[in-house]
Amino acid sequence: MIEVRKLVKRFGLKTVLRGLDFKVQEGEFVALLGPNGAGKTTFLRILASLSRPSLGEIRIAGYALPAQAAAVRRRLGVVSHMPLLYGDLTAEENLRFFGRMYDVEHLDQRIAEVLELVGLAARRRDLVRTFSRGMQQRLAIGRAVLHDPEVMLFDEPHTGLDQDACDMLDKVLRDVAARGRTVVMTSHDLARVEDLASRFDVLSRGVIAASASRQSLGKNNVLTFYRQALQEA
Amino acid sequence: MESQPLALKILNVISAVLLAIATWLVFFYAPMEVVMGQVQRIFYFHVANAWVGMLGFMVAAVAGIVYLRTHDLKWDIIEQAAVEISLVFFITTIITGSIWAYPAWGTWWTWDPRLTTASILEMIYIAYLLLRQGIEDPERRARFGAVYTLIGGLSVPITFLSIRLFRTIHPALIGTTSSAAQGGFDMTPRMLHTFLFSLLTFSVIFVTLLWHRIRLGRLAEKVEQMKLKVMQ
Amino acid sequence: MKRNPSSITHHASRITRHSSPGSFLRAVAAIAWKDLAAELRSRELLSSMLVFALLVILIFNFALELDVKARSTVTAGVLWVTFAFAGTLGLNRSMAVEKDRGCLDGLLLAPVDRSAIYFGKAISNLAFMFIVEAIVLPVYSVLYNTNLFNLGLIGVILLGSVGYVAVGTLLASMAVQTRTRDVLLPILLFPVIIPVVIAAVKASSGFLQGIETAELMTWINLLIVYDVIFVAVAFMVFDYVVEE
Repeated sequence: MIEVRKLVKRFGLKTVLRGLDFKVQEGEFVALLGPNGAGKTTFLRILASLSRPSLGEIRIAGYALPAQAAAVRRRLGVVSHMPLLYGDLTAEENLRFFGRMYDVEHLDQRIAEVLELVGLAARRRDLVRTFSRGMQQRLAIGRAVLHDPEVMLFDEPHTGLDQDACDMLDKVLRDVAARGRTVVMTSHDLARVEDLASRFDVLSRGVIAASASRQSLGKNNVLTFYRQALQEA
Repeated sequence: MESQPLALKILNVISAVLLAIATWLVFFYAPMEVVMGQVQRIFYFHVANAWVGMLGFMVAAVAGIVYLRTHDLKWDIIEQAAVEISLVFFITTIITGSIWAYPAWGTWWTWDPRLTTASILEMIYIAYLLLRQGIEDPERRARFGAVYTLIGGLSVPITFLSIRLFRTIHPALIGTTSSAAQGGFDMTPRMLHTFLFSLLTFSVIFVTLLWHRIRLGRLAEKVEQMKLKVMQ
Repeated sequence: MKRNPSSITHHASRITRHSSPGSFLRAVAAIAWKDLAAELRSRELLSSMLVFALLVILIFNFALELDVKARSTVTAGVLWVTFAFAGTLGLNRSMAVEKDRGCLDGLLLAPVDRSAIYFGKAISNLAFMFIVEAIVLPVYSVLYNTNLFNLGLIGVILLGSVGYVAVGTLLASMAVQTRTRDVLLPILLFPVIIPVVIAAVKASSGFLQGIETAELMTWINLLIVYDVIFVAVAFMVFDYVVEE
């Protein structure tokens, strides 16, 4: 589903990603871990086609980036730590706008489904600026799944959420993942992703320093695995 | 640290020599103009500066387009260098213009199309430099710089045309409309020689300064690189 | 984890598989509509533009002590200065909305050509300018007892606004991504739209003084040429301003 080969990203004279290799099969849920500043957000932005690689090859769902970016974008759902929503529009209007941008069919029905999925059906006519951060994040996920993408990218979605909101978010994430989508989620909070992910990759010093599946690790060893990966890098 | 390449050192000397010769020509070789007197001598440097400034402007515009196509940052350095140097050439043009205007027509400023357009161009240059200053990422800085050079560059000829139309339909409110006020006079052969030589001189000075500035840009880049290495 | 075919989520043809000119226009319309709808709710942008415009006119009243005769020659200039300055407020705000909440990323993620974003924003910016102009004209007419309901004048205002917004939208997209933001836009914009100001003021003034349209064609043509060139260039170059 996702194939990255020798990805290099430079900002002027600073090299953030140094020949990164990354491969994700359909249906996997990969947690991308790493210290702050390691380049997780940069990497995710490149996968999301928001940023161009300096060197390297990327293929998502069979299409190459950046050459076939439009085709990739159609199959991609992205949730960042900013909600990417318009505060002066209602939840419904926000979804309608993005639905139009993605050319979603049967839009009304789809909007209703999505609002149901993220638990915001009751607030559909409320302005987004009246929503709490947790609700905005859930709506953001709704926006991201509106066009039924095959691949989903989450960049630290739990940022700024309290416990309740996090739990609601997790429920939605599990729902989303259960439908067979391919997911890559970055996080620097291990506890959050432990239960969700099927695979853990550690990004350190511009490359994937370590990768392990949940099965091979067992729950309590994720933290040890992570620490070890950082030390060895 | 690399020192200046030999060619550049030679160019420095040539520039200085040419400037000295040009100055001599202006004061001793060229005859005195009948109507305006001694002050007319400034014309040689004034116009030469303006033409070379235009040259710099075109270099900047082309460098910008090439950068957008190739994404090679060296073109960005050339573009910025051309803008900065052209900025200076146009300032001297404007100042020498003022020095010429006052004794000749009794006013420091004439609002004529060329002078006005030159000042607008200066504003665009300054805006360009301010734009660059507000951006951290070198790649984005280069992209935006190139885009603005393009937009600014396209607008300048149209601006010049608009002001020309503005002036012909609405005659000059300041100064007379005699040919002397418009700066027209016939050039004798000696004047022509002097003018062409000045043009050559300032073109050479332009290339020299451009080279120096590009070198400066490259060295600055190297310093940045070394800084990063030390930090890591 | 296998894909669960369920009637709710697994709908294979939910998305159109090809981008057509239709989807481009739909995206442009969606963006323009979104801006207008949001603005209708909050009215922040319009009210600040309007208040600013009226204040500028007020200041002109004191700054230029005009008798009735002098006013007729200066009206066009005052109007265009007002529009030019109020316009920057609108342009800045319209772009700031996208930048602040990261919404620009949201737009860039959509599978549409980048120029759709440019046209969508430009159209909504143009609409805002028209709204402000439509209110300023009658107000000025009343305050100074001059009749500004002149078809020629309105035509010039239309043409001039198009050129202004075409370049302004592009430059605002750049300015909003810099550190200096709002302050930078007028500095970038004004030197470049001088032909618009010159032509618009000359043509407006001409129409107000009852001069024959045929005589004003130079200025109108200049406006049209400027509009065509800069809309074309801006939309071609917009990619470079938003893509990283």
